[in-house]
Amino acid sequence: MATKRITSLLAGAAGLIALTAAANAAEQMTFVSQGGAYQKAQTVAILDPAAKKLGITINQESIPDAWPVMRSQVATGKPTWDVVDVATNFCLRGGEQGIVEKLDFSKLPNAAAMPADYRSDYSIVYETYSTVLGYSTAKFAKAEAAPQSWADFWDVKKFPGRRSLRNHPLATLEIALMADGVPADKLYPLDVDRAFKKLEEIKPHITVWWTSGAQSAQLLNDGEVDMIQAWNGRISAIMKEGAKVNYTYNQGILQHTSLCMLKGAPNQATAYKFLNEAVDPTLQANLPLHIDYGPGNPKAFETSVIPAARVKELPSAPENAKIQALMSYAWWTSPAGEAAEKRWVCSSRSDRMSPRLPARRLRIAGMTGCEWDDRA
Amino acid sequence: MTVIDPSLRQQRREQTLMVLLASPAALVILGLVIVPVGWLSFQSIYDGGFTLEHYRRIFSEDIYWRSFALTFRIAVMVTLITLLLGYPLAYAAVRARRPWDVLILACVILPFWTSVLVRAYAWLVLLQRTGVANQALRNLGLIDEPLAMVHNELGTVIATVHILLPFMVLPLYATMQKIPRDLLMAGASLGGAPAHVFRRVFLPLSLPGVIAGTTLVFVLTLGFYITPELLGGGRTVMISMLVSRNVELYNQWGAASAVGVVLLVCVLAIFAAVNRIVPLDKLLGQK
Repeated sequence: MATKRITSLLAGAAGLIALTAAANAAEQMTFVSQGGAYQKAQTVAILDPAAKKLGITINQESIPDAWPVMRSQVATGKPTWDVVDVATNFCLRGGEQGIVEKLDFSKLPNAAAMPADYRSDYSIVYETYSTVLGYSTAKFAKAEAAPQSWADFWDVKKFPGRRSLRNHPLATLEIALMADGVPADKLYPLDVDRAFKKLEEIKPHITVWWTSGAQSAQLLNDGEVDMIQAWNGRISAIMKEGAKVNYTYNQGILQHTSLCMLKGAPNQATAYKFLNEAVDPTLQANLPLHIDYGPGNPKAFETSVIPAARVKELPSAPENAKIQALMSYAWWTSPAGEAAEKRWVCSSRSDRMSPRLPARRLRIAGMTGCEWDDRA
Repeated sequence: MTVIDPSLRQQRREQTLMVLLASPAALVILGLVIVPVGWLSFQSIYDGGFTLEHYRRIFSEDIYWRSFALTFRIAVMVTLITLLLGYPLAYAAVRARRPWDVLILACVILPFWTSVLVRAYAWLVLLQRTGVANQALRNLGLIDEPLAMVHNELGTVIATVHILLPFMVLPLYATMQKIPRDLLMAGASLGGAPAHVFRRVFLPLSLPGVIAGTTLVFVLTLGFYITPELLGGGRTVMISMLVSRNVELYNQWGAASAVGVVLLVCVLAIFAAVNRIVPLDKLLGQK
């Protein structure tokens, strides 16, 4: 009911604004996201309604890996993109390197009203997803007998079974620390040494270090592993297809992509209007009606656009966000974070090859790149 | 005063023509091989100044030389297995009568036209825990627990063997076909038992094919990327994967180039060694 009322209200408002906007027609801007089902869902939920309401034309582009293009566009001095939707760390790095505009939040009332964790000088959180603990319900039939925390994931005696982690440090180091007893809200700055030490413990029990989201879903779906670190959307997708799997948001890592504006973007005035509209609580609330991602603006949950049953499933729903860790992209963009990412290559990846490569040995290799964080 | 020999002039003209004819190919090689390899080598020693740091790292860090060792071990295994499988296949194809020889070769070559990626995924489906192979073995009562045939070195070797088998069979087949049948008959007529004739006549004559096939397979395995990436479970780190990681995570083109150069030198060394046994021109002419 409420949904309908708001939609009709919106339509009315859109009509009015469209009339006034007709005067200065042909206001355009270019928006870039990651393509696929995700961009389609945004188009229906956010982009088209925003364009209609503002009376602007949003030219869409999509690219899986926008970062190199952002850099080269700004380097040429004549960027063609205005607003980009990328993993938040790229907005922050872009801000550091002069590739992304510093935002004027006085022009962005919707964004300014978001919690401080959800924005920075260079970025506004746009959509959320979680890294969660997924498990096979064929192996663990009862929820109470299934692994429900990362400590359980590490407990190979109580929860025998095959395990898989992502072959990437982002979120995986957080997981290791939570398994070691660090509370979800006390993770940052990450104790990298402690995380790698904890990973050593579980390494012999990891069957697969996965590299792509599709692979993670396949591993759990086909019973190749019994528990896994995966993105919530990947697991819910195979659950819908009837796979005997489940997941818990407990100790999940809430991650997000953000919107940011390219330095020297050609249509900044229009881009500002769009940025503000894109995180409008009502439009944001539309997104999870079309795809298994959560809205970036937590205020979307106050709009009653999202049915209660749906709210429960979403990564950023207040109930779920409460039991998760919010990823700090600022830490991952810091020198310590980048060093941790580099260290991953040398240790975690190669359990077969350096079964118990002692920390001392790594430290000797210090200057050679495997222990960059020692220098940072 | 010497008069220029007209035949010499003719020869020169021919030489010029040859140079002209060969120049497009030479340009392509210059542009697509020599220049990039030169650039690669340069990057590996120049990183804001000349440095051997990248090489020092390769030779001092465990992960690099262990990865090299693993890559060479896999290459040796793959080469031996393809030889063991390929030799009888090629022999059968040479000795079989009409439709059969075509059929054997078709079976070898057809998968060759399927994408490497598709075949890697196919092996994943076949070999995984709930895959066809494990199910079959279970139903036959041969095993109780599924075997770990993929996400490890074994899976990598199996799929690589499958992908590279044609590179072994085809040179072998080409060599074996050129062995005159008369020689075998002569051997037999002199009283040699079939096994004896095979060992003393056929086998030695087929050796150039063996060397061509093994060299090809060995060198190709050294550079394999997608198969170990998909079937190695993130634990079978071959050199090519180190190169890609260096670029992806370190964003260090210099380090990646140095690994590439070391691998290239290894490959050239192998070719040089083979060249001493069977001259390369002869070997390549066989194909």
